[in-house]
Amino acid sequence: MEKTLNLTLKVWKQNGPREKGRFETYKVSNISVDSSFLEMMDILNEQLINEGKEPVAFDHDCREGICGMCSLYINGRPHGPDDDVTTCQLHMRKFKDGETIIIEPWRSAGFPVIKDLIVDRTAFDKIIAAGGYVSVNTGGVPDANALPIPKPDADEAMDAASCIGCGACVAACKNGSAMLFVSAKVSQLALLPQGRVEAARRAKNMVARMDELGFGNCTNTGACEVECPKGISLSNISRLNREFLTAKIKD
Amino acid sequence: MAQKWTNYKAHQKLVNPSNKRKLDIIVVGTGLAGASAAASFGEMGFNVKVFTIQDSPRRAHSIAAQGGINAAKNYPNDGDSVYRLFYDTVKGGDYRAREANVYRLAEVSNSIIDQCVAQGVPFAREYGGLLDNRSFGGAQVSRTFYAKGQTGQQLLLGAYQALMRQVELKTVKLYTRNELVNIVMVDGKARGIISRDLVTGKTQRHFGHAVVLATGGYGNTFFLSTNAMGSNGSAALQAYKKGAMFANPCFAQIHPTCIPVHGEFQSKLTLMSESLRNDGRIWVPKKKEDAEAIRAGKLKPTQIAEEDRDYYLERRYPAFGNLVPRDVASRAAKERCDAGYGVGNTGLAVYLDFKESIERLGEDTIRARYGNLFQMYEKIVDDNPYDTPMMIYPAIHYTMGGIWVDYELQTSVPGLFCAGEANFSDHGANRLGASALMQGLADGYFVLPYTIQNYLADDIRTPRMSGDEKEFVEAEKESQDRLNKLLSIKGQRSVDSIHKELGLIMWDFVGMARNKEGLQNAIEKIRAVKKEFWSNVRIPGSNDGMNIELEKANRLADFIEIGELMALDALNREESCGGHFREEHQTEEGEALRHDDQYAYVSCWEYKGDNQEPELHKEELKYEEIQLVQRNYK
Ligand SMILES: Cc1cc2nc3c(=O)[nH]c(=O)nc-3n(C[C@H](O)[C@H](O)[C@H](O)COP(=O)(O)OP(=O)(O)OC[C@H]3O[C@@H](n4cnc5c(N)ncnc54)[C@H](O)[C@@H]3O)c2cc1C
Ligand code: SF4
Ligand code: FES
Repeated sequence: MEKTLNLTLKVWKQNGPREKGRFETYKVSNISVDSSFLEMMDILNEQLINEGKEPVAFDHDCREGICGMCSLYINGRPHGPDDDVTTCQLHMRKFKDGETIIIEPWRSAGFPVIKDLIVDRTAFDKIIAAGGYVSVNTGGVPDANALPIPKPDADEAMDAASCIGCGACVAACKNGSAMLFVSAKVSQLALLPQGRVEAARRAKNMVARMDELGFGNCTNTGACEVECPKGISLSNISRLNREFLTAKIKD
Repeated sequence: MAQKWTNYKAHQKLVNPSNKRKLDIIVVGTGLAGASAAASFGEMGFNVKVFTIQDSPRRAHSIAAQGGINAAKNYPNDGDSVYRLFYDTVKGGDYRAREANVYRLAEVSNSIIDQCVAQGVPFAREYGGLLDNRSFGGAQVSRTFYAKGQTGQQLLLGAYQALMRQVELKTVKLYTRNELVNIVMVDGKARGIISRDLVTGKTQRHFGHAVVLATGGYGNTFFLSTNAMGSNGSAALQAYKKGAMFANPCFAQIHPTCIPVHGEFQSKLTLMSESLRNDGRIWVPKKKEDAEAIRAGKLKPTQIAEEDRDYYLERRYPAFGNLVPRDVASRAAKERCDAGYGVGNTGLAVYLDFKESIERLGEDTIRARYGNLFQMYEKIVDDNPYDTPMMIYPAIHYTMGGIWVDYELQTSVPGLFCAGEANFSDHGANRLGASALMQGLADGYFVLPYTIQNYLADDIRTPRMSGDEKEFVEAEKESQDRLNKLLSIKGQRSVDSIHKELGLIMWDFVGMARNKEGLQNAIEKIRAVKKEFWSNVRIPGSNDGMNIELEKANRLADFIEIGELMALDALNREESCGGHFREEHQTEEGEALRHDDQYAYVSCWEYKGDNQEPELHKEELKYEEIQLVQRNYK
């Protein structure tokens, strides 16, 4: 027999950024342990619609842990009680029958609530716009193999580039800092010769934009690394700090 | 053929820099095709507006592509060339693609890799520091570049970053959580769009001298697919209703390696990259009683002796083995499962086994190649693929059909262009692995930046419109009327429940194997679903503010029409080719049987009004470079 769960959900409901939110309590039953967390949310919403009520709004798209669209603070943890996964990859086998699950949006000054569990993360795009790229136009570039790159550097750059921009690091941080996110992009590009040229300037501009947008300071608590679904390492923050210092010295 | 693109570029019309600033281009979609096009237009000096339904361009569905991107670099020196990539793509597409477009695609493929490396895309490298390649289905050379199992992510982030650079430079204005709901036509040309802000619910009018659609594929017509939840066919269908022809709608690709369906509450299907077929071997038990015991949970796959395993792809196709094209691999899996050899508790699954590769290469090498895919599988299925074979089954994955475009990627509506998966152009009846990323970036970086100039050069004296012209006002009203109509139905059924019903009809009758009776049946059923939808859907809430059910309903209305178009097209095409398999048309060995004398054409469907049969136009496919032969992967 397939195992199923009966659950109580306490879900954050909020109509808009300026309105006050509140918890609503719902019950769902016969949830298969093989279903994903978001499938459980689908079942809840189907139930609400059938009762003529408005469903709970939450962000999601790829449902395979790569787009970074899903969020949710579940029982006090960004992306819920499993390691190295996003909320869409979380499965109900991680919960117990009869459990009460508390579901909240990311809470951070940098990410205002849009509706219910959906927050506005456009601040991340603005940080990238401040310098998270190599300044090349389309066309007129050298052959891809013109510049050999040591495999360890390429692999390390790839690890840093795995960031999905979900914002769990910010949600996990008591200061609401976006340092892990920023450092992942700065590191990826600083590790590759193509991005090396602008490394110091990039670090300076991205950090300045981050500060402008209301994210807090990094005090090295390490909470971000623990909750990051993609295993982005704190060592990226050290690299960012080095690039940042270089930029400051040059100024 | 080899000179066609060079000649085009040498003779096309150009727009000088001071005029570019006076010209507005709307780009809808920020996947590989849209983001690369918008960034390139911005760099060239055009005024660009770009739209996406996600909260950030970085989240477009392209992000999910795992396996890799093809290019004819021939770095491994294994005999690859532009011609061979062109040939493989035409053959892989079962000779239903337009030669000139495919040749150009192969030709620009190398520039894509150069461009991405320059942007800092961290492709996999060898110890010598040079780029690494792997092989993919339908090819005998290694021409696929990859970034772990996250190639789409890295390519999209490259294009996204280039786009954000232009946003910062103010050549591009970005509209996120914004959906195209209508296309505005002025004097027979596309001159703008109506968008709906998904946060406020408000519609807006936007003018553009030209409009580019790069809105992805319509695989979600099937409800369950490997596409992201938000992927939709609405922009394409709106274009169709404004006169753009819809080409080959029935050509949809079923991907052989997806995680099998586990229950009725399932919301989507997860792909396990085709690259796994490089090192994994596909099999089912040789004996029916073993398959039955496995289904009943009495036997484990690891307990089946080597000689009792049927590596059916290696058996049937010794030359290509586990690397046959997707359509062939999918049908072979269905054949085995239908014959009673399927595994998993539903019997709708086959094994993909890494035991031999792990023994040969070591677990570390396999982890380095596919670590994230194995982890993804384990999180979903709760099984460790290093110890026990994966279970896989085919699922809807990609749509080769789409909006008809000419060599310039212009649709049959002047001023309306279409790129990426949304157009029909390069993959014929079946797409080879790692070719969609190539096509999206080819269209966006290296084709549209040329061809759109050829169009806009005649428009330098066309003044900007304000959006208050009657065509804009009417188009906006048309969209609002539709949204209000949806809200006023106030029926009994949720959007998803109706979408699932549509999906099942599509899977049963317009899926991996189709026949005349089934397709006629499907058309009847889809029409009934349409009636049910428009009379019985329930959408809570209103139109002012975020309303996710309204968004979904608005897209489902279009999926229903696309579903009908797919069935009509499949019924018309009395042959089997690529992803389109008509049971009446197969060889004695059960392989797809084409009828080149009658069907070597692109089916182009023209909209004729609501509830009217569309009109079929045929674009004959003339092959000058390649001789048509029955595909053979034996
Ligand atoms: C799981 C998976 C793995 C894959 N792996 C590979 C691979 O390894 N190699 C390969 O070559 N191909 C692969 N593919 C296929 C490939 O990823 C896609 O075909 C390709 O990325 C499509 O790119 P696109 O730019 O055309 O569209 P998309 O990336 O789908 O982008 C569509 C864009 O349009 C926007 N949009 C849609 N509708 C609207 C609307 N109405 N209004 C406004 N905006 C809208 C969306 O917001 C989005 O920005 C894979 C596909 C999947 C599903
Ligand atoms: S660093 Fe990790 S937690 Fe932060 S945005 Fe990137 S993937 Fe998410
Ligand atoms: S929905 Fe894409 S990462 Fe979760």
